[in-house]
Amino acid sequence: MRVLHAQLGHHFTLGELVQVRADLAFVTLPKEHLRSAVLHLRDICKFSHLVLMTAVDWLEEERFQLTYLLHNREKHWDLGLRVMIPRVASHMESIHDIWPTAATYQRELKEMFGIDFPGSPGVDESFILEGWKEIPPYRRDFDTRHYAEKTFTQREGRKTEDPAKTMKAKLYPDET
Amino acid sequence: MQQFEWIQIPYSLLTLFIVLNFGLLLNALMAKIAARVGRRRGIPIYQNYIDLIKNYGLRTSITHGIMFYLGPVFRLAGGVGLLLFVPTLYGSEMFSNLSFAGDLILALYFVFFGALGMALGAGESGHPHAAIGVSRGLSQMTMAELPFALAVFSVALQYDTLTISEIVKAQQGSLFHWTLFTNPLAVAAAMLSFLGSMMRPPFDVVLAPQEIPIGPPTEYHSSYLALMQTNRMIFPIAKIVIIMNLFFGGATNWPIFFAKVFLIYLFAVFVGVVFPRFRVEQSIRWFLIWAVPLGVLAIVLV
Amino acid sequence: MKKELEKRTVTGPDGQTFEVEPLIDYYCEAHPTVQPPAYSKIIENLFNWARSESIWILGFGTGCGAIEMRPLMTPRFDAYRYGIQWRPTPRQANLLIISGYLSVKTLKRVIRSYEQMQSPKYVIGLGSCTINGGMYWDSYNTIKRLDDYLPVDLYIVGCMPRPEALLEGFNTLKRMIRAGNAEGANTYAANFDWYKTNQKRVIHDWDMPDYNW
Repeated sequence: MRVLHAQLGHHFTLGELVQVRADLAFVTLPKEHLRSAVLHLRDICKFSHLVLMTAVDWLEEERFQLTYLLHNREKHWDLGLRVMIPRVASHMESIHDIWPTAATYQRELKEMFGIDFPGSPGVDESFILEGWKEIPPYRRDFDTRHYAEKTFTQREGRKTEDPAKTMKAKLYPDET
Repeated sequence: MQQFEWIQIPYSLLTLFIVLNFGLLLNALMAKIAARVGRRRGIPIYQNYIDLIKNYGLRTSITHGIMFYLGPVFRLAGGVGLLLFVPTLYGSEMFSNLSFAGDLILALYFVFFGALGMALGAGESGHPHAAIGVSRGLSQMTMAELPFALAVFSVALQYDTLTISEIVKAQQGSLFHWTLFTNPLAVAAAMLSFLGSMMRPPFDVVLAPQEIPIGPPTEYHSSYLALMQTNRMIFPIAKIVIIMNLFFGGATNWPIFFAKVFLIYLFAVFVGVVFPRFRVEQSIRWFLIWAVPLGVLAIVLV
Repeated sequence: MKKELEKRTVTGPDGQTFEVEPLIDYYCEAHPTVQPPAYSKIIENLFNWARSESIWILGFGTGCGAIEMRPLMTPRFDAYRYGIQWRPTPRQANLLIISGYLSVKTLKRVIRSYEQMQSPKYVIGLGSCTINGGMYWDSYNTIKRLDDYLPVDLYIVGCMPRPEALLEGFNTLKRMIRAGNAEGANTYAANFDWYKTNQKRVIHDWDMPDYNW
């Protein structure tokens, strides 16, 4: 992995390599380099499989983090590419022509986070939320509880208990 | 040949009544046998009666047009007609029904009649699954009927008659006078074809609930469905009656009739629980390779 | 509104042009009506008995609870003994089981399926999620009370209920049908406007006819 990171460093501006396990590492790179880095990894370094593509909302830093997890089938390596994009009017280059499956991930990200991927097939169609009118629900400033109370009628008499406390009181009544 | 008499009408209705009840019980019994193979208890033996009452008793029903009404009616007419125009019991004044000289040809036609009515009705329902089911069903059924027709012609040549009563008469006397022993090739071809027309695995891709749910009857419900269920009780029996008359010596009284129908039906069920389902093109190929040559051979050797 | 449901002008194969308005042309606009029971008490009792002994379930698993229905077909539980069968098409089914949480997107499909079933029809809510949202009580995408949207005859509590609980639920439903208390379809028809208002409050893009037969 270190060797790979050093090799990649010749071509792209890379951040620090975060090695989680022997076969799993993450690296941050600028938005403009992502496409070429992904192509390089797929065609030359044999990372042939897009495992997943997801996003994290860093609300305080006003940024979205996109994570592309690639897999090398020969060495069983997983490499995660992290890209930071601004949170306002966020958009990103589509990679659906590199892996067609990415189109589905991008469609979901568009719906759940509001990150646009221009040119990705079907990216503007609704995926799970049909007729959604609020801000995208996976953004952290979306208050799901408030929305649920506003939209759905609740049944009276619902009680919430902390499972850890309840089970402790039930199983070990002496210790409380 | 016997003349038409009015008394034949109540006699035929009595036959129909007996066969309907026998069919209801027999089909439940076969479902139970298939369930026992899977180590289940299966449906109660009287379940088919309840299903029928329930479906006739539903409060609402919708229609898609005239053919949608007529489809189940055609289907039921096919089953009832098939039953009424072949002699149920040989030598019985009461239960030889409306059979006449040359009824074999009519019977062959009636086997197909119901399926055609069904195709028209299901086509009118407009459901894509129904259309797929109909096209599959008709192609498979056409293929399955071919060996049966060949076998029937072979038998007709063998006995030099087109009257079912005459064919049964020629088989009386001893076990070895049955067509099963005098013309085994024709019987083999017909029994393979019989598998294909019973809508049981391996040839039930047309209306298996797990494939295209559930084929031609997708849109049918309440009374329409009940009519089709009634037919599903009568039609297999009627079909088996023909096979029994042509190849297995017919029946001279009801106990023998019940026993023979049960055993012939059991053959289809037995094959069904053992073998997995064919796709349509597989089943057509299977009929072409195994059943049709047998039928041709049977004609040539007669 | 979906594109294929919009009003449009079509040119036929022989050059004719005509207007198509799918919601009116392809669907029936008639609302459901309350269906009276059979005129004679004895016949209605016979029908109710037959309905209770021959329950056909629509094979539509809406949530995780569907996994608890599968064991009922296996040798261990074998619900076929009680006259319970699964049908693949809503036209032939009498019982709709809402198995577990119901997202808004699924609710739309459930309503369509329910309305295509023929009366009398029954609804069972399976699991806590159908009662008060269960563990999804604050989720933005699952409904909290099923009886706001469909007439529920029976709830089976638990998360998840075991197949035995389901069998007991079926037996309770049978007793209700025999007593003539399971008239969900008529409740739906009588309070049709109220149900539609509730349904449209959560389904924001209503792109189907009000009543799918």
